[in-house]
Amino acid sequence: MRNAYLFLALFFSQQAMAESVNTLLKKYELLAKQENAAFVGFAADKGERFFHAERLHSDGKNVSCATCHTADPRKPGKTRANKVIEAMAISVNPQRFSDEAKVEKWFGRNCKDVLERACTAQEKGDFIAYLLSIK
Amino acid sequence: MKKWLQFLVLITSISATSALLASGGFSDNSQQAMPAVANAKWKTECSGCHMLYHPGLLPERSWHKMMAGLDKHFGENASLDDASRDEIARFLALNSADKQDNRRSNRINQSIPAAATPLRISETRYFTSKHDEIAASTFKRKSIGSAANCVACHQAAEKGDFSESQIRIPR
Repeated sequence: MRNAYLFLALFFSQQAMAESVNTLLKKYELLAKQENAAFVGFAADKGERFFHAERLHSDGKNVSCATCHTADPRKPGKTRANKVIEAMAISVNPQRFSDEAKVEKWFGRNCKDVLERACTAQEKGDFIAYLLSIK
Repeated sequence: MKKWLQFLVLITSISATSALLASGGFSDNSQQAMPAVANAKWKTECSGCHMLYHPGLLPERSWHKMMAGLDKHFGENASLDDASRDEIARFLALNSADKQDNRRSNRINQSIPAAATPLRISETRYFTSKHDEIAASTFKRKSIGSAANCVACHQAAEKGDFSESQIRIPR
């Protein structure tokens, strides 16, 4: 019986997490439509390319999201200061994208660190779609 | 008999000297260890990417400069919302090395020239003199990373405890 309760609790908390990811995606969708009238939706494959795309930073180094998060979002990454970054894939880490302020804080920092500009809502949505698609 | 007396004097002076050293010397009656400090914002935000540095490791002017340049924080963007930044800045200033009275903070502070505002603890003369026997290659070990990763060797560094008994250098 206790296991059943635990299962239910886990199930509903995961549901709640999934709910908040979807709410966030809806917000980015609204913003993406404002950015681009021809917006057609978010795509996991575009997010995947975005995640792995290397670019030459003005400091002379090649960087991508995967530089710190590793090429496999199911695995933990490492910051430049040697601290563990929890896995990005939502199937492995259901906490991901459940706190909008946190999400915006990290997009704000990391987009500037890697791309040297802010990310568009389209890019953010594609990125989340990719991380949602990983089983 | 005379030899016995000499021996006694020697032993007495050795133990008196070591007691004096252990208590922190003539001029300094302050505590050895940095005090426990706590601020939830500091803890969460400052330990997101790196180990949690005790405010007593740098003087107020260093923390002030650090918090004013978070968009270029050692080459990374560590921007915070204004309210969080201000709260953490106040906390760091209040507990900084020049606002503390413990032996380690005092010595760090005294090792920094008045005209200097270091951002790296590892650039202070206190740090370099304390680590002069550690090879550069040791700091570069995968298990350590760099001199900024205190906690790799100083097990209790995040509590501000850098005592000798808490050191274990990983392979």
